Amino acid sequence: MLLYIYYLVLSLNIIIVIKKLGGNMKLGFLVDLNLCMGCKACEIACKVENEVPLSSWRLRVKYIDIGTFPDTSRSFTPLRCNHCESAPCERICPVSALHYLDNGIVNIDSSRCIGCAGCMMACPYGAIYMDPESNTADKCTYCAHRIEGGLMPACVVACPVEANIFGDIEDETSQISHYIMEHQGDVQVRKPEKHTDPKHFYVGGGNQTLNPLAHERIEGYGLFNNITHLKEIGDTHHSMLDRFLNPIFGGHNDHLKNESFVDMPNDASHEEGGH
Amino acid sequence: MDHVSTIEATKAVVTLDVPLPGIIWGWMITLNMWAKSIGTGVILVGAYLLYRHKKEDMPNLRWMMPLISFIALNVFLLFTLLDLHQPLRMVNIFFHPHWTSAITVGAWMASLFTGLVTLMLAIGLLDAFPEVGRHLGIAKTIRGKTALYEKVFPFVVFLAFPVTMYTAIIMAEASARELWAAPAEVIQMLLAAFMVGSASFILIAGKWSESVRKDLSWILMLSVLFSFLMYMGEYFFSFKASEVEATLAYVHSGGEYFVQFWSAMIMGYIIPFFIAFSSLKNENRTMMRFAAVLTFIGLYLAKSTWLEIPQMLSLS
Repeated sequence: MLLYIYYLVLSLNIIIVIKKLGGNMKLGFLVDLNLCMGCKACEIACKVENEVPLSSWRLRVKYIDIGTFPDTSRSFTPLRCNHCESAPCERICPVSALHYLDNGIVNIDSSRCIGCAGCMMACPYGAIYMDPESNTADKCTYCAHRIEGGLMPACVVACPVEANIFGDIEDETSQISHYIMEHQGDVQVRKPEKHTDPKHFYVGGGNQTLNPLAHERIEGYGLFNNITHLKEIGDTHHSMLDRFLNPIFGGHNDHLKNESFVDMPNDASHEEGGH
Repeated sequence: MDHVSTIEATKAVVTLDVPLPGIIWGWMITLNMWAKSIGTGVILVGAYLLYRHKKEDMPNLRWMMPLISFIALNVFLLFTLLDLHQPLRMVNIFFHPHWTSAITVGAWMASLFTGLVTLMLAIGLLDAFPEVGRHLGIAKTIRGKTALYEKVFPFVVFLAFPVTMYTAIIMAEASARELWAAPAEVIQMLLAAFMVGSASFILIAGKWSESVRKDLSWILMLSVLFSFLMYMGEYFFSFKASEVEATLAYVHSGGEYFVQFWSAMIMGYIIPFFIAFSSLKNENRTMMRFAAVLTFIGLYLAKSTWLEIPQMLSLS
């Protein structure tokens, strides 16, 4: 009898140890904005790795100018999914297409997504987009497929100055944990007031770089002149109604014509301004 | 570059970024909420009228109430489906439900509600028109279960409350848009249901008794009044969160949403209130019908404004 109890306690201990080693891993991301030089290598690497379509971004680097000439400075802020521990997108998703992985990643199963855009409305960081090709929501997954194979996310590999630091924040010996400890007082998250508990940190950021209400968007001063809002999200003719009406009233078959995008009228500009 | 020099020195300016998404939930979601308010509103107001008055005072209510509700609920369900980017995957809500999502809970409740309203409509119509489908077996079966109407009705009324309000919980779960706060939106959804529920009946109440029409005027007047007061409170005083402040400051500064919001308030709330108020003393059926039509238009515009303005805010 005693032997049975001994084996029972032993096996319970083994389970606890295994859970501590594997199950408690919490992957996090840290960007040192002091190092980032806005080269956008991470943005491109992400696009290529995840085959992100045109007009969509899983990761983007925003340029913000502060001050007036000659006392000006430019900051670069890479923005991606924050993989929140209390993710509003996961909560609102009606079909569990957005779900947590054991390592803390907020993953997305595109094959299950119904395209309701609830997650896009819930994410306080604007990190989710509607893929115009698959007509499903998509976002940064910290390159979950690469991590599964023992690789680092594509953006981390591409960064020439190692501004992106990725690892297990539950492991005190990991590089990201060391970095957070070394920079205590200077580690920030975006919108902490939302209580989403983001697992994406910034070092060297400030209100003007991390708070979207603290900077202005002026139309006509960007890479895409006069575009501050996309006219449509995803496929502009996604609905069933369009599928019925397009054959009658003419649809969006322009892409079937033999002309390049350069020759097509750019109807993406939208006069509705932000503020 | 002239206007760049006018930016405050302390202000930061975005000089390179991607375009922002703009309006994600647009007119289809507005129509969805508007139609749902009618679908549930006629049930709620109808239940009140049946409680307060004799059935003879409202001879066609028994079949008109589920008919209006049925049409409105089908418009609501149709546009819910059309707004999805993958409409055929709607079945996933039933096969892979995620119960923390108000979208899931709402879809299940709305489906059940529509099913029960359809049953009531079938019984109500076949009772009202005995000649219809006289030789059909299914019609005979339904006619044999007339008492089911009265048995199902309390459940339908009970369900009408969460069905009309659950969109407010979806909006509350959309935590990126702070303007949509749960308690306020829940009350607004309920008031909207009473507004368009009474407005729907006003349009068909020509042959109903005067006391019923007076009650409808009361319901319309009170619901538009309280809804208007809530909008005013939110519009002028809800400056607790910086994102709400920024959103409303954008509307206050003028532009199309400013015009749309005040058009909604005048058409859908202020004018119907005064018409309904005056109609309590001296009934004018034509004016009351005019008020009802204005209420429909005003509610749509108000919902559209409130749905779209927080989406104009940059989140990142």
